[in-house]
Amino acid sequence: MNLELFIPEITLAVFAVLVILLDLGVKQKVVLSSVSLVGLVIAGGVSLVMWGGSYPALFNNMLAVDNFALFFKMLFVGIAFLVILASKDYVAKFARFQGEYYALILLSTMGMMLMAATADLISLYVALELTSIPLYILVGFLKDRKSTESSLKYLLLGAISSAVLLYGMALIFGFTGQTQLGEIARVLQAMSPQSLLASPALLMGIVLLIAGFGFKIAAVPFQMWVPDVYEGAPTTVTAYLSVASKAAGFAIILRVFSSAFDIPWLSQNWGMIFAVVAVISMIIGNVVAIPQTNIKRMLGYSSIAQAGYLMVGLATFGFAPASVLTGQSGIIFFLASYALTNLGAFIAIIAISNKLDSDEIADYAGMGRRAPVLALALTFCLISLIGMPPAAGFMAKFYIFSSAVQHGLLWLVVIAVLNSVISAYYYLRVVKVMWFGEPASEEKVPSSGAPRFALFLCCLGVLALGIIPGLVMRAAEFASKMFVF
Amino acid sequence: MEFNYLTTILFLPVVGAIIIAFISSEHEGVIKRIAAIFTAIPLVLAIYLFVIFDRSLGAAGLIQFEENYLWIAPLNAHYHLGVDGLSMPLVLLTTLLGFLAVLISWKVHVRPREYFAWLLLLETSILGVFASLDLLLFFIMWEIEVIPMYFLISIWGSGRRDYSAIKYVLYTLFGSAFMLAGILSLYFTTGSLSMLEISNQGLGMVQAIMPAGAIFFLLFIGFAVKLPMFPLHTWLPDAHTDAPTAVSVMLAGVLIKMGGYGMIRLCVSMFPESALQYAQPLIILALIGILYGAAVTLMQTDIKRMIAYSSVSHMGYVLLGIFALGQVSLTGAALQMFSHGIVTGLLFAMAGLVIHNIKERDLRKLGGLARQVPVITVVFSVAGLASLGLPTTSGFAAEFLIFLGSFNSTAVPNTQVYTLIAVVGVVLTAGYILWMLQQAFYGAVKEEYNGVKDADGLEKFYMIVLIAAIMLVGIYPAILTDVFKLGISPIVALIGG
Repeated sequence: MNLELFIPEITLAVFAVLVILLDLGVKQKVVLSSVSLVGLVIAGGVSLVMWGGSYPALFNNMLAVDNFALFFKMLFVGIAFLVILASKDYVAKFARFQGEYYALILLSTMGMMLMAATADLISLYVALELTSIPLYILVGFLKDRKSTESSLKYLLLGAISSAVLLYGMALIFGFTGQTQLGEIARVLQAMSPQSLLASPALLMGIVLLIAGFGFKIAAVPFQMWVPDVYEGAPTTVTAYLSVASKAAGFAIILRVFSSAFDIPWLSQNWGMIFAVVAVISMIIGNVVAIPQTNIKRMLGYSSIAQAGYLMVGLATFGFAPASVLTGQSGIIFFLASYALTNLGAFIAIIAISNKLDSDEIADYAGMGRRAPVLALALTFCLISLIGMPPAAGFMAKFYIFSSAVQHGLLWLVVIAVLNSVISAYYYLRVVKVMWFGEPASEEKVPSSGAPRFALFLCCLGVLALGIIPGLVMRAAEFASKMFVF
Repeated sequence: MEFNYLTTILFLPVVGAIIIAFISSEHEGVIKRIAAIFTAIPLVLAIYLFVIFDRSLGAAGLIQFEENYLWIAPLNAHYHLGVDGLSMPLVLLTTLLGFLAVLISWKVHVRPREYFAWLLLLETSILGVFASLDLLLFFIMWEIEVIPMYFLISIWGSGRRDYSAIKYVLYTLFGSAFMLAGILSLYFTTGSLSMLEISNQGLGMVQAIMPAGAIFFLLFIGFAVKLPMFPLHTWLPDAHTDAPTAVSVMLAGVLIKMGGYGMIRLCVSMFPESALQYAQPLIILALIGILYGAAVTLMQTDIKRMIAYSSVSHMGYVLLGIFALGQVSLTGAALQMFSHGIVTGLLFAMAGLVIHNIKERDLRKLGGLARQVPVITVVFSVAGLASLGLPTTSGFAAEFLIFLGSFNSTAVPNTQVYTLIAVVGVVLTAGYILWMLQQAFYGAVKEEYNGVKDADGLEKFYMIVLIAAIMLVGIYPAILTDVFKLGISPIVALIGG
């Protein structure tokens, strides 16, 4: 048993408990966020040290410790770090429950780390629930009507999607007799293509898996929860949900489909499913985002569209031969840049809504004068979401689309880039209101040091990934070489 | 190690923009001086490069002042800059207008810090388009330009500025969406992002993932929107009319030239067969643009809108020159791009001055200004005459070369007929230019305009610079055509015309 390979996860669990215990005795609640940050730094640092090595699997081949998992562990830790930094002012809204808030974020992050590492259907399900349950609670943290409603909605739909996922897993287990992903692949490989495609139970199982994961990544038609939950949840949790939960969903899709189902004949089929879902997600997300008046709802729909762009990468992954990993590395790079971009946007929104107490786009009028730094940062992040250079969003799209074109998906890329044009309209509408609208009052919008620092890190990252993406692209390529047992 | 001239020229404006961003808007004078300095140095350097540019025949098709560094290894993208005979004059033009745009903006008092920062950023991105030899770098520079334009039009513009700005952005992004698809297809057809490699090796050797004609049109749409080609031109009158003066100058002067440049650099030189194959329909669209643009110009009453529509017509000549696909016609098209840059730049600057000093932009209400503002009148008239192609001005040299070249073109059939139709455009141009001059400056003197200000010293300075440039190119066009030829002859050799 190599328990030292499990240190990042153990650290987070220990710190989560520590935060709850400290909450009982400490009057200065700032300590709690600092302790959480320390825990995250340790977990991230250990993952960084382990990066590049090759390690044996844990717990009877249930968890893999490969570069893929390590990359995502660092990504999740980074996201949680930025979210906690950004929460500094916002937590005043639920001052009594700060300990629980930080502890739940840490636990959910730990669940996501396990999701990226999981190599077995059982550990997959456990990790997924460990991620989701803290999120259900966090969404309802504001305890007002909207927040509670969205929490309940998220819980119910989440439970249904878990059930769907379990059903899919049961079918696959029934068909192959295995739960370990590598073993499943071996069983499938031993079969002839004809019998593979002629077995409805297996195909049904794969479709149900896609449905269950589709809920996590907010792909159409499993996106119903997104706008309400994004609007109702505390904005910090929305930020966390929109990037970390989506990244975890894609991590697990990549893991499952490349470990178990990356078999010629089969992969073309699920690749096509992803391509179709990608088109629908992009179109619905972008078109419905246009009439939105609430910025959190708008970003909710935008995140559905972004999931569509990411699924272009999944389609590429399905259509490309197994030895080509550009689809996977494109998704990984896109997720990193999307995480920074969307977090940057949400941190700016958190700071602004703290003062305004409103998320209506109309109330952002004149923000360019009231809070020039926040408005500039938000503008930059929105430009990155459109996918315009010199921001990271452009490089991410270029990278993911270029591999799609390489594998004969030019039609999909054309639809995707045209969708980016549609998206420019609603993103720029926010920019327009901020810079050209008449402010309701001249009062400045203050923001404290920690969120400013987090915002600075995000924008710096977005710019760096947009101009010199080479290093992270290399890391993404490296991470996409998954270890299969 | 050699001095990286092009990088210096390219990024000095950005450095200036960053410095300006840190200065409070209260120090307006300082901001303007910094902007002037950080655009003047690139201009001086560009003039220097233009002078030492190797004009010997052996330099045909050679890239000069090249800089090439590996940029993004996983994508095989390079930071690759360089100029040849085609792009050198356009770089010079951009730095010239970039500097003059700062002077033209001297009277901007609204949020000067942001204004000049965006203006400088705009210059860098346009320069980047002309100097990039890597497709990814080219596309990034092409896209970056949209953001400063959006802000410049919507904050400092006039009229329906919000509408015009978003229309401009959506049209451009729509075009570049196709262009991106084209670039990606090119990338995977050839495995390279280097423009030089792709044009030198051609597409024939590799298995194309799609027909060359399709890639040609994906790229072409992006450039056609920017040029603009009829029927994709409708953003232009709005954007030009509502933009602030200096931005109209940049827009008409250099920005739309990116379209023509892209067509020559990417479409024609990488897809010579497709260019030949589709030349006739494109020339017909060019003719429609020339005549329709000129006809619509005749109906305008807004002084800026009139000049804007005249650009549609003038860019039609560029399109005609390009797709006549002859050595002379392509040289003429390139010269027309340069000439239109300085002539229309001057026209927009003068129109801006009229609007600023007289506070009236409706041609029907203007009149008899020759007495009250003699300097503006003379300069406006010179620019107008250059625009209609009077001999000794650059407009004449350029249009003459286009007509001569397309009439004699052997590559494309029926060009004689097309040329004769295009010449009608010149008559229409004379019509609207003279009508505009007569309406605004001649005729009965109107009392209400007594005492309006004429041009001041700074304004006279940029007028003189631009008129000198117009005359110099008009009297001695070889100063540019000798350079253009070096860039164009290898392309013509590919066509075999």
